Order: sequence, then C-alpha cells, then structure tokens
Amino acid sequence: MAAERPRPERFSPPQSDAGAPFWEASRDRRLTLPWCTDCDAPHWYPRGFCPTCLSDAIEWRDAEPEGTVHAVSVQPKPNHPGLADRAPYAVVLVDLVDGVRMMLQCSSAGDPGAIAVGDAVRVGWEALPDGRHLPTAEVTGR
Amino acid sequence: MPDHPLRGAAAIVGVADQADASGQIPGTVPQIEARMIREALADAGLTLADVDGVAINNPVGWAASLELAERLGITPRWTDTTQTGGSSFEIHVQHAAAAIALGLAEVVVVVYAATPRSDFKRGTGGWGSRANTAGVTPNMEWEFPHGLRLPMGAYALAASRHMHEFGTTSEQLAEIAVQTREWATMNPRARLQDPITVDDVLASPMEASPLHKLDCCLVTDGAGAVVLTSMERARDLARPPVAVLGAGVGHTHSMISQMPDLTTTGGAISGRDAFAIAGLGPTDVDVVELYDSFTITVLLALEDLGFCPKGEGGPFVADGPLRPGGALPANTNGGGLAYTHPGQYGMFLLVEAVRQLRGEGGPRQVPGAEVAVAHGSGGVLSAMATVVLGTEATL
Ligand SMILES: [Zn+2]
Repeated sequence: MAAERPRPERFSPPQSDAGAPFWEASRDRRLTLPWCTDCDAPHWYPRGFCPTCLSDAIEWRDAEPEGTVHAVSVQPKPNHPGLADRAPYAVVLVDLVDGVRMMLQCSSAGDPGAIAVGDAVRVGWEALPDGRHLPTAEVTGR
Repeated sequence: MPDHPLRGAAAIVGVADQADASGQIPGTVPQIEARMIREALADAGLTLADVDGVAINNPVGWAASLELAERLGITPRWTDTTQTGGSSFEIHVQHAAAAIALGLAEVVVVVYAATPRSDFKRGTGGWGSRANTAGVTPNMEWEFPHGLRLPMGAYALAASRHMHEFGTTSEQLAEIAVQTREWATMNPRARLQDPITVDDVLASPMEASPLHKLDCCLVTDGAGAVVLTSMERARDLARPPVAVLGAGVGHTHSMISQMPDLTTTGGAISGRDAFAIAGLGPTDVDVVELYDSFTITVLLALEDLGFCPKGEGGPFVADGPLRPGGALPANTNGGGLAYTHPGQYGMFLLVEAVRQLRGEGGPRQVPGAEVAVAHGSGGVLSAMATVVLGTEATL
C-alpha cells in the first residue's frame, strides 16, 4: 500500500525585522503601512527606512483596505505545491487608496480570468498556521 | 560635437558560442567556459597570454572572476563580476570598453556558460537550485507567498498593463514569436526550427495569462565568450574589428511589484545613453538583437529604444518588420525564443550582432549590416543594458 503523502503546506512567509509590525497587525486582520513622518507618506514594502528620504522615522498607521487592480495575471500552475489545489488563481498588483502598490493573490470566488485591470478590490485576510494573516484581494466591483 | 571618448575606443575582436538543437551541450561549466575562451581567442588571433582582464557573472563559487582566472592560470589586472542577470554581458562590454579606453586593460574576455537543461535531467537542480535564497529576502516576504510564477508571471503583469493602456493584443505579441521563428529555421543549432503561426502561439498552453508557452523562452544549455581590445590593436588582428560605438545601462527595480511603470523599462535610459555616445539613432540601425525572454520583453524594448513610439509596439510588430527581409531584422539567430536560453541570454545577443557585422551570418546574413544593437535585459524587466556596435566604416 502506498504511503499517504502529507498534503503540502501553504508557504508561510518569513518575517523580517522591518516587516514585523505589519505581520503583528495582521494577527488582528488589520492593514497597516509604514509611514515616513518626515515625508508624511507611506511606502511599500517595509525596509526600516524611507525609500524617498532615507529617514528611519517610520510610524505604522492603519491603512484603507481598498484599492484598484493595476495589473493581473492568472496562474494555471502554482509557484509552490501548497497552492496546487487552488490553481488557477489570479495574482494582482493593487494600487491602494493610500498610494502604495502591493502584490496580492485574488481570493474572490468565480472565474479568475474575468478579473480585469481597473476592478475595485478590498483587502482580505487568509489565516496562516502561526496566527498571522496573509493579505489577499477580493474583487468588489468593476 | 566632438566624439564621446568611449565611441570606437574598443572593439570586439573575437566571439564564440555554443548551443545545440538537442538543448544540451557536453562538459562541466568550467570546461565549457574554457572552451568558449579558447575559441573566442582563436577567432581573434590572440592567446591566453594576451589576456589582462576578465569579466564573468556566473556565481558558480564564491568569487566568480577569481576562480575563473585561477582556473585559466592567468593574473588579470582588471576584473568585473557585475551580475544583473541576462544583461550582465552588455554591462561587461560597457565596463571593458571604458577600461580599455583608459588603459586599465588591453585584452578582456567576457565569458558565460550554463547547463540548466542538463542539470534538470540529472536531477541536480536546474531552476530550483538557482532559485534558492537564504534568509529573509523581500521577495520571499512580500511576493512569493502570493503565488506568482516566476519569471513568466512578472512579465505577464507587464503585458497585462500594456494591453490595458495601449490595447495591445495577444495576436500582436504572438507575431514576435512567429517572426523570430522564421530566423530559427535558418539556424541548424536552434532548439526549435519549425515555422509557427500566430494561431500556434495562441493555441499553446497558457503559462501565466496573457503569456502562452510560445511567448516564453526556452530552457537550454548554452555558452559563449567575447574578446575585446583597443581599436588600435584590433586593426592588426585576425577578423574585421567590430567597434563598440556606444553603451548604456538603466535599472529600475528588482521585484516586479516595485517596477515604477510596468510599461516602461530601464531601456529608455540605456538606449538613450548608448545612442547618444554612438552619435546614432534607431533609424541608423541595420540589425537588432533584443533580449527575448518573453515576447513582451521585445515589445517593450522596441518602444523604449525608440524603434517605435511608446504604446505602438503592437501595431509596429504586426507589420512584420522583425522577420528575414523585414525593415528591422531582429534576433537573427532565432533568439531566446527558439535558438537557446540558458537563463541569462545576453551573451548570445553580442555574439550574433558581431557575426552579422562581419558578414558571417550565412543564410541569415542581413545584407550590408553596418550598425547593430545588442540590448540585454536582466531580472524581471529589471536591468537593461544597450550596446551599439558598428563596422569600421561607421567610425
Ligand atoms: Zn521620507
């Protein structure tokens, strides 16, 4: 009898020091962004300093979980075995209303091929085994 | 306006490359590198004793150029391990030409070899081993978890945006693969030599929408080398010298989510600078070798280098300019889409451009080619580097 193969786990992202506040807030499904208090502007991704002025005066603020699809690609095959059972799925670049661009996987039900540039999305959350959550994109209108 | 000091200071005097229709080539990477250097030096009429500069991007060990020079038994006085992926070799040429112009080196070899296809067949890694990254990288934290297949997914996002902004179609992208394949039918070493149609491209499996399998480059073994020296010394060597007329670099991001504008690459910078140094423009170019990791890569390069206005790449390629006999012969060896693509294709752009300018293209020779462009792309549309090359008549 063939041994039962354990189901591959979904890839759990590592956590950098600079990204830790994001992941901590994700435990409460709260979207936060790093803001440079010198520039009074958010940036993405977190790197521990501001990519505009190089200041390390970074403050984490709650962000508006709304945005627009900037670009989209449907993946017929997963990039990791842990995503095999959900392919095909769409990966999108989302322009958040706060002004940063983020890569997300689209969690909306339905045909991923129907997702189009310009669609309105809301940030959702997918639970990770360690209590953190991974942000996702749910299409809310087109 | 006086000539830029880089213009014509250095020349490519020897070239070699190896690829096979089987997709595989024999030997270990160090053996293949040595073979390429041997052949390129012989092509130039030089020997290893003449070499005083090395450039290599291949991170086989801990310090690629040290290990290479040690293996070759030489003691260079100039060294370059710039690694920007597939555009590394165009950057090596820029650096080498500048070093030669300043007298920091006299004879430089640039070499590349990779065997991903053989590695994969042996079960010793292939792409997987290369993709391994230690520690917390921004990619592992902020992109990889969302499931984008790389590299094709990143290019697909750029294609998606180009289609949205400019109405570019899958049929237009497919035209690039079709026209490139026409060149491959004339290259007995090309991995894919059968002609294809737009319908064939659209009927091939989707890899990452909107890119189909035939929009994507190959995975093959392949290798090459080029030798550079001063134009003065080049005139006494075995082959007609091919002058480095201009060179430029532009990089915009590392991860695709950080690309400032998904429809404009660093080629807008590298091409502008390379043409300015050369004192030439797109209309002066007789043959182009454009990094074709994906069809969208070519489309963006055509626009960013100024062969057509931004956004008009789709209608431009649909007219068939890239094919044999076309107005802008491109990727005359069959390119990364059909000839070979060992992961970092930029070496083959240089080798084919030089052969065309020497009139050594055989059945695929572009008649009377005097000016050629080799335009490399590295990362995920991240790092662009443009080299403008010319025959002695262009000096
Ligand atoms: Zn700032």
